[in-house]
Amino acid sequence: MTRSQLTSPRLPAHRGPMAQGIRAGRGAIWAMVVLGCGLAGGCITVSAPEEPIVIELNINIKQEVIYRLAADAGNTIEQNPGIF
Amino acid sequence: MNRTTTLSPSARFGTLLAAAVLSVLALAAPAQAQRDPAYEAARASGQVGERTDGYLGIVGQADRALRSIVDDINIRRRALYAEKAQAAGATLEEYAFTAGCLAIARTVPGEKYQAPDGSWQTRSSAPPVRDPRCP
Repeated sequence: MTRSQLTSPRLPAHRGPMAQGIRAGRGAIWAMVVLGCGLAGGCITVSAPEEPIVIELNINIKQEVIYRLAADAGNTIEQNPGIF
Repeated sequence: MNRTTTLSPSARFGTLLAAAVLSVLALAAPAQAQRDPAYEAARASGQVGERTDGYLGIVGQADRALRSIVDDINIRRRALYAEKAQAAGATLEEYAFTAGCLAIARTVPGEKYQAPDGSWQTRSSAPPVRDPRCP
């Protein structure tokens, strides 16, 4: 009988006082990091550029995709001479 | 007497085949038609040109008739690109851009095309200035 008690130990239903202390400590560390960032002025400031931002949409088209589509597109053009 | 007027089985088959071919051609004709004369004239005179994005552009002054021709062609091109792009597993823009590369390459001397910098160029006998990604 004593044997079965040794081989199947049960976890405590509640976290012990030590574990609660660790959790609280972790929150405190985060609070200090955030506060420290603000106090030390370590935050990066971003200023908007003077010129308008132009996004070139065509730049997203990859050359490999164009090469893959070339034969298909060529056929499409040849089969529709009325609109090309 | 009767025999001479009726067609032999092989001749009858040939007639049916010819009729079938003609009907298919007749059905296909509207979609495969050649360029409209007004469109052909606008191309030849440089009023319209091939844009880098795969659509037709108006080079100079845009009057209502020309705008109508160009819009009609571009709407039909877009529908075609969309259908073909989906079949090829590509985006509409990718397919249209590829077609634009090829359409610019197919321009004949005297016709207009858009260079990668957006300017309109007149095609000479030399190869057109195209995007470096063009095949």
